[in-house]
Amino acid sequence: MEKERLVSASPHLSDAESIPKIMYGVVLSLLPAAVGAVYFFGLKALWIMLIASAAAMASEAAVQAILRKRITVADGSALVTGILLAFNVPASVPLWLPAVGAVFGIVVGKHAFGGLGYNPMNPALLGRAFMLASWPTSMTVFTVAPRGGSLCGIDPATISALQIDAVTQATPLKLLKVARGVLANPSAADASSYASYAKAVGALYDSYGNLFWGKVGGCIGETSTFLLLVGALFLLYKRYIGWKIPFSFLGTVALLSWAFAGTDGLLSGKPLFHLLSGGVMLGAFYMATDMVTSPVTFRGRLLFGVGCGVITMVIRLIGGYPEGVCYSILLMNLTVPLLDRYTRPRILGEKK
Amino acid sequence: MLRKRAFSGGVHPPQSKITAHLPIEEVPLPPQVVIPLQQHLGAPAEPLCKAGDTVKIGDKIGEAKGFVSVPCHASVSGTVKAVEPRLHPLGGRVLSVVIDSDGKGEVASSVMPDPDYMQRSAEELRARVREAGLAGMGGAAFPTHVKLSPPPTKPIDTLLINGAECEPYLTADHRLMLEQPREILAGVQVIQKILGCKRVVIAIEDNKPDAIATMRKAVADTGERYEVMSFQAKYPQGAEKQLIKAATGREVPRGGLPMDVGCLVHNVGTAKAIYEAVALRKPLVERVVTVTGPGVRTPKNLRVPLGTSFAHLFAHCGGLTEDAGKIIMGGPLMGIAQFSDEVPVIKGTSGIVVLTQTESRLSDPLVCIGCARCVDACPMKLVPTHIQTLVRHERFAAAKEYGLLDCIECGCCAFVCPAKIPFVHLMKYGKLKVYQLERAAGPKSA
Repeated sequence: MEKERLVSASPHLSDAESIPKIMYGVVLSLLPAAVGAVYFFGLKALWIMLIASAAAMASEAAVQAILRKRITVADGSALVTGILLAFNVPASVPLWLPAVGAVFGIVVGKHAFGGLGYNPMNPALLGRAFMLASWPTSMTVFTVAPRGGSLCGIDPATISALQIDAVTQATPLKLLKVARGVLANPSAADASSYASYAKAVGALYDSYGNLFWGKVGGCIGETSTFLLLVGALFLLYKRYIGWKIPFSFLGTVALLSWAFAGTDGLLSGKPLFHLLSGGVMLGAFYMATDMVTSPVTFRGRLLFGVGCGVITMVIRLIGGYPEGVCYSILLMNLTVPLLDRYTRPRILGEKK
Repeated sequence: MLRKRAFSGGVHPPQSKITAHLPIEEVPLPPQVVIPLQQHLGAPAEPLCKAGDTVKIGDKIGEAKGFVSVPCHASVSGTVKAVEPRLHPLGGRVLSVVIDSDGKGEVASSVMPDPDYMQRSAEELRARVREAGLAGMGGAAFPTHVKLSPPPTKPIDTLLINGAECEPYLTADHRLMLEQPREILAGVQVIQKILGCKRVVIAIEDNKPDAIATMRKAVADTGERYEVMSFQAKYPQGAEKQLIKAATGREVPRGGLPMDVGCLVHNVGTAKAIYEAVALRKPLVERVVTVTGPGVRTPKNLRVPLGTSFAHLFAHCGGLTEDAGKIIMGGPLMGIAQFSDEVPVIKGTSGIVVLTQTESRLSDPLVCIGCARCVDACPMKLVPTHIQTLVRHERFAAAKEYGLLDCIECGCCAFVCPAKIPFVHLMKYGKLKVYQLERAAGPKSA
């Protein structure tokens, strides 16, 4: 006989993906780099990651409790923010700093705008920008060399032969920035330092292997291109990220660094060096691709990546910081509504 | 490898074609049929009978009113018990003719073969199609004769016969192509004669290689130059605009019809019914229905008199399982959930899918996280997430600008959404509001 039946609008099937599944997928993809961080920078890196994640999750739960909203900390998004934020600090930071950054990212960057889905900017990057602006010394002075490598990525034996202090203290991008300053203006520098900077740049360009595997100084999660690519391949395979943003981002960085980043004038730059150093791999695959804060349209995603690449290279080459990935993504985040609006795809059957 | 013919976008739900190998069975005569006088888009038919009348199979019981309308016919022989509003699978109650079967299955004398049907004029063939009460059998149920009467300014050069059957579970068209390819092709010849179109494409998804082979062989036997085209199995490959795009590269303009680009699409079931209407002078009184899904004990393909209740079909399929949850008329992606199993099979009932309670449980919709899966899946190249946001904020004019009215309600966006946003529901609501507001604003002087 008649029995009550469930009725709803079509479709009556949906695939198995869910927000928590996607978020924990991203967490999984970050594990290789997280393990790498502990290997290269020691247990301190583990503490940084644990503290940042705990602070991110606790502040999310607290905000939602205070606002009497449903507590959704289990969906994994705060955990992703915490880990990414931890990836963005040097191993030498005081341990309270990542906690402060994570709380700022979650509270101001995410919940001030309404929580997951409404935040205009990547919370992890906003937390990093906050830390960078407030405690610049802690965030930009790198003192811990990775296990089996050196801060600048040049092999220790080569460094001692170079006899130049900047080499031992700078990360690769910083070294290149200083060296370009000297090399571009030979009359201002004395001959011996000119010669050693020229050698340092040569050694830098020979250090691709160290850059690729992660034996360089830098923020704890960004140094190993290899481990980041392992996770990125997983994300691409699961289609949690698309190819458009990372490839247009990296392509732009490659093109601009080849054209403008050389020490011998135009078109003398080494694209591979810029791709492998700094946070560009982490940024291109894990931060710029943040679903909430990137465009949804095909052309919007391409333009977004190009914009990130342009701003990154402008900051790297003429800005005050050696590294510009963080600000490039944050600035491009703000263009997303416009990009989406003006790149609406042509509807099937629409005449343009 | 050759690039597979397909449109852009779409999704790949599990096919679940569990009845694909089961030949079409006759269902035992139901004790009673309920024939709604509205089974098609357009004006409802008016009743021609009253309680107490005796009818035979094929007797006209409802007369079409207006051009976009078709008549209805008795699907069993027996006595009219009542003419009253009854539950309709598309919702609400609709004036219906209730016939108690006498179990004899007597056929009206008006149903008689016409061996010389191909000598008749296009006009006469079209009139027979209309008299037979034909409406599209793929699900949308648009009156067939209207489609066969394009204005002279819009000549049809390409006829597409839709055997894609892209919805999961459904196999009615698949079985029909395997079992009655000649009847389908005879119907195609009739359509071709009516319209004078040169090119004929029979479109089948590549998950039915046996149907492709059968149709190819049948085409070869007729000596006609019809193309049997294989398409990538991808939902919604059978949607009119997507099928035309994939087969011909033409795009039906926004708000337009296939005839605007010289195309016409008919379902394989409709083609077969056209043949029966003109060659056998048999009205549309039965159809093939796939009764399937994990909630049905013995899924089957059935030939069913129109007006048979879903309950009768379930009884013939071993009943429903304990955990049967949702009854859907049509496929699981575009079908319509039913309150009751007392609703009748109508002309557009291509299948009945019963899902389990677990599968039909609704999850709480969450907020959009901008993953863009809906954008990538939309076969109309819309940006569903923006449209749903605009609808939620009651910005209907903006939603329309974003293509709300271009939505074909295929549900691809909702299928892939990790936040489980009820896209189709919001689209339907938004469209309704747009129409309401436009009606309230009065006719536009443009």
